Amino acid sequence: MASPGIPALGWVTPALLLAAGIVGWPLAGVLIATAAIAFLPDRIRRSARLVAWLLGAVAVVVSSVVVEAGQEQPVGVWPWAAAAGLSVVGVLGYFADHDDDSKPMLVFLMPAALLLTVGLVYPALRTAMLAFTDRTGAFNGVDNFVWMFTQPEALITLGNTVVWVVLVPLLSTVIGLAYAVFIDKTRGERIYKMLVFMPMAISFVGAGIIWKFMYAYRGAEQDQIGLVNQILVWFGQQPQQILQNSPWNTLALIIVMVWIQTGFAMVVLSASIKGVPLEQLEAAEIDGANPWQRFANVTLPGIRTSLVVVVTTISIATLKVFDIVRTMTAGNFNTSVIANEMYTQAFRSGEPGRGAALALILFIMVLPIVVYNIRVLNQQKAIR
Amino acid sequence: MTTVAVTPDPEITPKSADAALGTTRSDRVKRRLTSRWATLAAIIIATVWTVPTFGLLLSSFRPADQISTSGWWTFFSDPQLTLDNYSEVLFSSSASSPQLGEYFVNSLAIAIPGTLIPLVLASLAAYAFAWVKFKGSSTLFVIVFALQIVPLQMALIPLLQLFVTFLQPFQTALSEAVPFISERQFLPVWIAHAVFGLPLAIFLLHNFISEIPSEVIEAARVDGAGHGQIFFRIILPLAMPAIASFAIFQFLWVWNDLLVALVFSSGTPDTAPLTQRLAELAGSRGENWERLTAGAFVSLVVPLLVFFGLQRYFVRGLLAGSAKG
Repeated sequence: MASPGIPALGWVTPALLLAAGIVGWPLAGVLIATAAIAFLPDRIRRSARLVAWLLGAVAVVVSSVVVEAGQEQPVGVWPWAAAAGLSVVGVLGYFADHDDDSKPMLVFLMPAALLLTVGLVYPALRTAMLAFTDRTGAFNGVDNFVWMFTQPEALITLGNTVVWVVLVPLLSTVIGLAYAVFIDKTRGERIYKMLVFMPMAISFVGAGIIWKFMYAYRGAEQDQIGLVNQILVWFGQQPQQILQNSPWNTLALIIVMVWIQTGFAMVVLSASIKGVPLEQLEAAEIDGANPWQRFANVTLPGIRTSLVVVVTTISIATLKVFDIVRTMTAGNFNTSVIANEMYTQAFRSGEPGRGAALALILFIMVLPIVVYNIRVLNQQKAIR
Repeated sequence: MTTVAVTPDPEITPKSADAALGTTRSDRVKRRLTSRWATLAAIIIATVWTVPTFGLLLSSFRPADQISTSGWWTFFSDPQLTLDNYSEVLFSSSASSPQLGEYFVNSLAIAIPGTLIPLVLASLAAYAFAWVKFKGSSTLFVIVFALQIVPLQMALIPLLQLFVTFLQPFQTALSEAVPFISERQFLPVWIAHAVFGLPLAIFLLHNFISEIPSEVIEAARVDGAGHGQIFFRIILPLAMPAIASFAIFQFLWVWNDLLVALVFSSGTPDTAPLTQRLAELAGSRGENWERLTAGAFVSLVVPLLVFFGLQRYFVRGLLAGSAKG
């Protein structure tokens, strides 16, 4: 058994072994094979590439069979790993044949490519397959999805996620934009910005605690310690158990996310507002446009791209939100969202299939945003 | 970031003096009116956004019995402050208290390598994408960009299985061979953070590195510099602002993370970070406000220091990321 260990020693030593830890041996095989291609003389490189592909494939398949035997898990996912490993070898090997930059390219790109393939691409594909299995690991078709769209609790989770992803980007962007306009070119603009931007640096867990304290509830006969309930009392109302009364508790959690994200919207939009050409604003002013018209007809079109960026970024962050719900209600009282439910199902209830199905739904919800962003990226590349 | 733009005064460029006088005067009045309301609204928003944090900060310094019986705003009529809460959550030796000191060290031990590993790998890859011409470069880059938006929830379960199958036996063997290395290590958490941080890091650094003037790099090439020399002597120094701003981001993200920690760390004082311990406290002892408030601020100290100290880079990184993507 290991000693509890001094933390400092516990993490310094494994740092040396990081490389060895990342590459399981099939990947080591892939690495050696590709490196071999790069440093061989041109004449035999082409044929060496083929051999390297085969070596990599064999390494991946053999190791997967070994793991498979020890794990009693369904066969059929490992070919994905083999394909992933092969594609890395294949793609890089292909480049290696074609120009003189190939050697440095391999050195510079290989570590990141390996890590992403093993740590992200392969697991994501595997999750997609896991979504069609039950808790024993056997294939069960679309049962997990049927469960998701028929159980009342699961439906509430999906509904909450939709409410989140509509309200959070909308409120954050509107408030952030209004604030950015209000403080534009005022004295003390930097301090104004800092105050609203600060929650960005605070962890979701920290924010959760801060707002749990804001929402804290005491019986009507006691003094309140939570500011929100105290304000209710000051206005002659009864104090409420804000985090327990559905559906308002979801709204209370959404406020926390808005509180965090508004600063982001504000900073980006503020910079964008400063980029709107002054000549246009002056021209509008000379034409007799009032401040609101100037804002709606000149400023707003001028910051359109930034607005899109802000809304998509916040939408993605909102879809993945987990920590706030976990810290404040743990998903109880009808407040759960997909990301939280995914964690609960996969790591608490022992239903990895359901968790994977929820993750897959999350991915499908993010997909349109991916496609849109890739299109924007390609347009920008074309301009550049 | 410059906050004051050079604004030509509209009053200097009137077409005719009389008309100008009229319009500017009414304009001035109108502007002042709207700006007064705007300022008021701004102050209200700023207050609403600051009060929650301020309330918690003030509470963390109040005596325990007062926190649980009266609101923090009563401080202004009955000021009493103490450091007891902090000394209890940080250093108390009783098993029931949070003892955040150890978790604080864990958070650092997770966040620093969790920032450095993806940063090194990403700057290498970003250079390859930006300045090494190879076939399929742009396709590969788009793939990396798309990975950025794959929710990390998609990767958690299989990644954990990979760690259990490959990494765990290795870690166990290691700790048996070298007794003073703990069996529970930060390795899985580091790798997970590196994986999840890489796509965004490559994308942002690529944007910056690709805008370095090509003359600089060609001149170096003519002088006989290889890729390695170009990378270390030219790219790294010139890209420092972008690297710094991404480092801040990744650091804050790793420090503030809960999900990765919950899945990949053991939850014991050996490896669990502050956030995990705090989330536990908030869940199981939601009413012990003297511990929660002080604990929350212990976890906020580092990010807030980073935020106030390196705000410029933080904002620059944010703008670089959003203006492009």
